[in-house]
Amino acid sequence: MSVHSDAPWRVVSARTGLPQQLRDIWAYREFLILSVRTQLKVKYKNSALGFFWSMLNPALYLVVYYIVFQVILGSGIPNFPVFLLSGLLVWNLFSYAIAGATGSIVGGAGIIKKVSFPREILPLSAVGAGLVHFFLQSFVLVLALIVFKVSIGWEYLPLLVPALVSLLLLGAGLGLFLGAVNVKLRDTMHMIELALLAWFWMTPIVYPFMLVEAKGGLLAALYKLNPIVWIVITFQRTIYNRAVAVKTTNGVKTITHILPVDAGFGYYAWHLAVVLVVSLGLFFLGLAYFGRVEGNFSEDL
Amino acid sequence: MTTSVSIRDVSRHFRLYHERYHTMKERALKFGKVPYEDFWALRNINLEIEEGSTFGLIGANGSGKSTLLKCVAGILRPSEGEIQVRGRLAALLELGAGFQGELTGRENIFLNGSLLGLSQRELTKRFDEIVAFSELEQFIDSQVRFYSSGMYVRLGFAIAVNVDPDILVLDEVLAVGDETFQRKCLERIRAFQREGRTIVMVSHAVESVRQICDAAAVLDGGILVASGRPGEAIRSYREHLLDRARAREELEVAHQPHDEALGFLTDQERRRTLHVRITGSRIEHMAGGARGRLLPDAGIRIHVEFESRLTTEDVNFGLAVNDVEGRLVFGTNTRLLDQTIGVREGAGEAIFQLDRIPLLDGTYTITLGITSYDEGVVYDWREEALQFEVMNPGGSVGYAHIPIEIEVTSSPLSRGVVQ
Repeated sequence: MSVHSDAPWRVVSARTGLPQQLRDIWAYREFLILSVRTQLKVKYKNSALGFFWSMLNPALYLVVYYIVFQVILGSGIPNFPVFLLSGLLVWNLFSYAIAGATGSIVGGAGIIKKVSFPREILPLSAVGAGLVHFFLQSFVLVLALIVFKVSIGWEYLPLLVPALVSLLLLGAGLGLFLGAVNVKLRDTMHMIELALLAWFWMTPIVYPFMLVEAKGGLLAALYKLNPIVWIVITFQRTIYNRAVAVKTTNGVKTITHILPVDAGFGYYAWHLAVVLVVSLGLFFLGLAYFGRVEGNFSEDL
Repeated sequence: MTTSVSIRDVSRHFRLYHERYHTMKERALKFGKVPYEDFWALRNINLEIEEGSTFGLIGANGSGKSTLLKCVAGILRPSEGEIQVRGRLAALLELGAGFQGELTGRENIFLNGSLLGLSQRELTKRFDEIVAFSELEQFIDSQVRFYSSGMYVRLGFAIAVNVDPDILVLDEVLAVGDETFQRKCLERIRAFQREGRTIVMVSHAVESVRQICDAAAVLDGGILVASGRPGEAIRSYREHLLDRARAREELEVAHQPHDEALGFLTDQERRRTLHVRITGSRIEHMAGGARGRLLPDAGIRIHVEFESRLTTEDVNFGLAVNDVEGRLVFGTNTRLLDQTIGVREGAGEAIFQLDRIPLLDGTYTITLGITSYDEGVVYDWREEALQFEVMNPGGSVGYAHIPIEIEVTSSPLSRGVVQ
């Protein structure tokens, strides 16, 4: 008669440990995937252009930044659209994930109060939705590569894997933390919008990395503490595939430094390794903080 | 028997904020200090729920029963102690929680099913069964936001019961849908019981706990007051309620002349204080003084001694006979019998004469109650105050003793018919 005498015990107590959290997330992986799909489906369900909207976003940015930086300011970066897109896509994933994850717990109050499931899924699915957008927007990038006849740096291509993984871990770690904080401090949501704006300009997306690096000193040192910097320049190195631009007008040579000249595969690999370790650390910190406070979610919502 | 849910020393406290300071500005102004009070919704609860049993949690509003249920379901975490749960658990706290209005019924089955812990493979396998149970075949491909509330709930229930849980956690959700659907839900729950699954439920309806549950626990003010057989638990629940009402009444009486706070009570409400109480009860066998077992169709007299503080006609005497499984065999009261009665100040006795009890084997309990005439106020209530046993001398089996005479006639077959 006994249906489940051999089933394992599940313990509900004040706190869950990291291994239990990871096991729970793994057990709910199908729900994670489905809720990412649902988010996207719901977002575009009643819109005529549907998924084109998410491709239109980088295309529009491209036009604006092109006019401002190339035409008005004259940044001297050749194939500017490819340069911009290879960094912008990375940033869009990150900011989409963070903004979505921060509001995810408050937004999911309805099911948090009524259904038992690993709450981590909610911020994580925002990160997942960011990743899907990233792939959709990659079509615009591929289009730009074709139009401008840019050949990517194949030898750097394997580096995109750890770069993307780091980015996802960073987004997840920070997203878990901010999503949990937002339950008690609803200002987080608004604060994060401003913070993301500042963070965007502290990342070499519309201007070249070397502009800051060349200045040196404390500024450059602080600047390079931003882990997104390394992820972005890895993408630029691989896809944009050009460290310096030399332009000759009327016999005068103008050299624009975009990425470190003498940096090879090792330089990027080493920095990415550091970023990966940091991201992993931040992910576990975010997860641990989330696990500490999630017991109070249904009370505070 | 093995244990299915083990609640060990569980406490849960809430912070009651006098005001909620959610924004930075407010926090900064208060220097990060938010005034709050600790409130214990549960205090050191210990319970073991046996595998295959149906366990009811009863208590008044704010007793902590729903908090405990949410802890068992894993929606809330206890502040102290732990709850161990064995097997897959499904909680039906709100049917259709997590439905996405923009998605179709079909898509929601997969989304909601996986939220409840089912794999896509299992869902594909059970899809037809879920749709059939919900009776939404025609509407399964339309968006859920166009569903009526009844359809919504039906789909929610159909998914939840198909999670194939070892432990089902219910929070009075069965009071939804039309009567046919309610009956269907109840049938499904009976099937769960037969299959040896564990059910943990919260209910305000004491009678349904008595009928459905094998065991029950009573909570009051976050403390476990009693646990055991449903009958015992219900008795202590009722006694608890009465004690409270009496305490309140005494307070009222003590403060009446000068307390403005009670000024809002109308005269009628004031009159309705708990002025009649049961002081004793006994069974008298009409066949003789023997206190032994009753034979079918024998009669009993039930004597109820009471004490009244004033002379009134706003009174109603009632009794209920239940069998060991908690089923109501018989129940009535003076109002239902159109009998107008009154009590005088002082002691008195009510006698219920049951001339013939047409029951067969079994032990039966008698619950006694004195209420106001409209049953709005319970003056006193004695759950399972008395007990009697009926012994069947043989001759028939079953539940009720129905007088019978059997006559058999035979007429010889006419040979011509059979060829």
